[in-house]
Amino acid sequence: MGILSIIIFLPVAGAILIALIPGLNARLTRYIAMLSTIVPFSLSLYLFGKYDRVLGGFQFEEFASWIPAINANYHIGVDGLSLTLIVLTTLLAFISILVSWKLNFRVRAFFAWLLVLQASIIGVFASLDLLLFFIFWEIEVIPMYFLIATWGSGRKEYSAMKYVLYTLFGSAFMMAGILALYLTTGTFSIPELYQTNLGEIASGILPLAAIFFLFIIGFAVKLPIFPLHTWLPDAHTDAPTAASIMLAGALIKMGGYGIFRVCLGLFPESAQEFAPLFLALAAVNIVYGGAITLRQTDIKRLIAYSSVSHMGFVLLGLFALNAVGLLGASLQLISHGLITGLLFATAGILMHNTHERHIRKLGGLARQMPVLAGIFFIGSIGAMGVPGTSGFIAEINVFLGAFSSKADAARVFTLISLTGILLAAAYMLTALLKVFFGSPKETFNHVHDVTRLEKLYCAIFILGIFAIGLYPKIITEILQPAIIALASLWGG
Amino acid sequence: MNWTSILPEILIASTAILIVLSDLVYPKRLLTTALALSGVTAAIVLSVAGNYNLSTSLFSGMLVIDGWSQFLRLILLGVTAGVIFASYDYYDRLKGSWAEYHAIILFALTGLMLMPSAGNLVSAFVAIQISAISLFILVGVLKDSRSSEAALKMMLIGGIASAVMLYGMAFIFGTTSSIQLNEISLAIGSSGDVSTGLLLGVLLLAAGLFFEIAAVPFHMWAPDAYEGAPTPITLYLSAASKIAGIAVIARVFVIAFSQPQSFAADWGIAVAVISALTMTLGNILALMQTNIKRLLAYSGIAHTGYMLIGISVLGFSQGLSGQPQLLFYLAAFALAEVAVFTTVIVITRYLNTDEIGDFAGLSRRSPLASFVLSLGLISLIGLPPTAGFMAKLYIFTGAIDQGLLWLIIIAVLNTVISAYYYLRIVKIMWREEPSSNTRLQMPLVPGLVSVLAGAGLLLLGIAPYLLIKLAETSLISLP
Repeated sequence: MGILSIIIFLPVAGAILIALIPGLNARLTRYIAMLSTIVPFSLSLYLFGKYDRVLGGFQFEEFASWIPAINANYHIGVDGLSLTLIVLTTLLAFISILVSWKLNFRVRAFFAWLLVLQASIIGVFASLDLLLFFIFWEIEVIPMYFLIATWGSGRKEYSAMKYVLYTLFGSAFMMAGILALYLTTGTFSIPELYQTNLGEIASGILPLAAIFFLFIIGFAVKLPIFPLHTWLPDAHTDAPTAASIMLAGALIKMGGYGIFRVCLGLFPESAQEFAPLFLALAAVNIVYGGAITLRQTDIKRLIAYSSVSHMGFVLLGLFALNAVGLLGASLQLISHGLITGLLFATAGILMHNTHERHIRKLGGLARQMPVLAGIFFIGSIGAMGVPGTSGFIAEINVFLGAFSSKADAARVFTLISLTGILLAAAYMLTALLKVFFGSPKETFNHVHDVTRLEKLYCAIFILGIFAIGLYPKIITEILQPAIIALASLWGG
Repeated sequence: MNWTSILPEILIASTAILIVLSDLVYPKRLLTTALALSGVTAAIVLSVAGNYNLSTSLFSGMLVIDGWSQFLRLILLGVTAGVIFASYDYYDRLKGSWAEYHAIILFALTGLMLMPSAGNLVSAFVAIQISAISLFILVGVLKDSRSSEAALKMMLIGGIASAVMLYGMAFIFGTTSSIQLNEISLAIGSSGDVSTGLLLGVLLLAAGLFFEIAAVPFHMWAPDAYEGAPTPITLYLSAASKIAGIAVIARVFVIAFSQPQSFAADWGIAVAVISALTMTLGNILALMQTNIKRLLAYSGIAHTGYMLIGISVLGFSQGLSGQPQLLFYLAAFALAEVAVFTTVIVITRYLNTDEIGDFAGLSRRSPLASFVLSLGLISLIGLPPTAGFMAKLYIFTGAIDQGLLWLIIIAVLNTVISAYYYLRIVKIMWREEPSSNTRLQMPLVPGLVSVLAGAGLLLLGIAPYLLIKLAETSLISLP
């Protein structure tokens, strides 16, 4: 068993341990959960350091025959993008455990589900076999359902079911796509599919463009792309803080990753043909998502909707179909994971301490909670894309890439999308002003500020945001080989 | 003639007689169950030892024992063992006819086991009738008004179905001068086209057979029968009877009507359409159910739709060889049904209600039952890592391979619909507050069966290869 398998399955082992040990107390449960996330995190950092940046390609591969009848294998491995996303996921999982440290309602089930969720997300990023990829993709639904429906708030059951049905709807198409691709080529292996020129296989079951769309519907639900985004605000808003962090930070990245790995990597011609459509959708995501965010009055819903807008940047960068755009999109995936993670974490602290989530009822909290205000401020400037933060590096690359894209009307869509930055500044600053500034309210006189544990995990996020913002090379270097290889499909 | 190849059937029928006789001498609850189980177990052992890639013809072709019938025999025996185990706690309600109940289960099993082996139309009809008549009695065995009504309904509709089927067979005999499946195929092949009389015969035969498996639009009897029957018999109906029905349809259509090619493709498409209707209607009606047995009846109808995908594929592939998807699907479905029903039986017996709303908070009263039931339901949805996922994936692959992508898109969207009502049950069990906190102790026997079924679901979901291999081997000797 290689290190990558350990990273995937150690959380599962932790979850089984938590579920099966009779009479396990809450304290021990938390420590087992922490151990089952910190070890994978350390291991993924180790792999991150060990990855050969010159060689590029898939590394740390593991291969075992699984279902010979249909040529499906247990095949995992990572390139720069998936490895970075795995580091992000393991980090967020670890922080989610810390965030939930004080939770005391059905503790064992909560941590067990959280660990299963983590394993399935990592599995998606690590799979090099489409069937395995799909299985991990589907498994994630069940833990997320329970996390939202049991420990959530508001219309939690509605939101959880909506999440499940949307996801299954998307993956239904993806499954058809995977099978059509398999029956055309006889393999599920992603590296093998990269080697075959699909365009040359004339007698497919379906035109390649149709398979491309089957896949992208699945990914579009997850990313999400307008008009399949409506599950996101509900799920993010009603989920418990830890699940919101995993959802916004890691889970929706599966959509962007899937488009990168499958839709662009395997169907370059279709991607090129339909690039204008997706650039247009990206612009809609950014502007429409941003405009709706402006009108939100619930702090968590506001952050959730901002994700719709920010994922539009990912889509814009991806369908720029050049190295700069792809780099921007990849950076945005990582950067958004950290920034939204931080924002959801602060929103969680805010709601926990003040028992209030309505923006209008909050106000002047900078006086009572100065540290939290500072942390939220940093998260906001990240979301606005202020230079120095990772958000800036990601967005500037996205815009440069999209502007120089060869697709029709790319410049128009890029210019429209630029208003997204304005909108981001507007909604983030409004939220900041309304929640933390203005005259302090007496009702909040006795709320306490951030605890030491909370400072710790917020510091990790902040460190990540500035590290990437000021010295992007730490991740661009590892992303480069994968991006250059992909961009070469359209001549760089 | 090689008698040994139908030894399992003979064994089951003689066990049934033995049970009736032993009841006259020494009527005891445990003895009856033990006899029935040892008969089934011995038959399982015999079947496992059988040669799966050999085909034996018996009684001048009336029965053909090959890999197909042997694989299905195993599934049917497994389900029956589950039914007998599940019935054990029904003793107080079946006291008066305990031995008869078991004997009739085994008589029905004899018929069910013969169905996949039918080599000609008459043996198919006789096998179907043996099982059908036994099942009417079993549905009505409780003798209360619900149970009797269900049995009567089933008998009336089943009688009409048999008549229609027989009428169809008469037409087929009239146009091809044969009742032997492979000779019918030869006759149609040599005449080169399909006459109106033959077409009528095939349509009537299909209608009759579709009653057996409760495919739309012949599904109306199923929910009432499922609800009225004692729950172990509901399991029997929904798993064993349905699977044997699918098996006989596959055999008759593939062996007798695969010539000429255009005709086979025609019925392939017709079955695909019925499949789409069946799964869609089944799932939509299941959405509205509040009674667990009715819900499972409609979910079973939806699954008939998925199984028909497998039959439709056979119309295009012109043969069973190399098409092990349907067998795998049937096995996975049987396992999921056993897991679901053994737990539902314990739960509904204990709560004394079939209403899903009363399952609230069950996870705290019996984590084991809730877990296995959830696993079974997840497998019925077709989510990984359960057998149901692999089964659906596998059957969908076969269908897309034959160009039925439209059907698969409908099927996967149906899966999404079904997720709603299956997960609602899961939600009620795990999420809602229990009405009381008394613990529901899972009795040893059903507990063991459900744990085995649950483990099997996970095993087949993670490592399906062994069963796929067996299914492939089973089809080697088939056309």
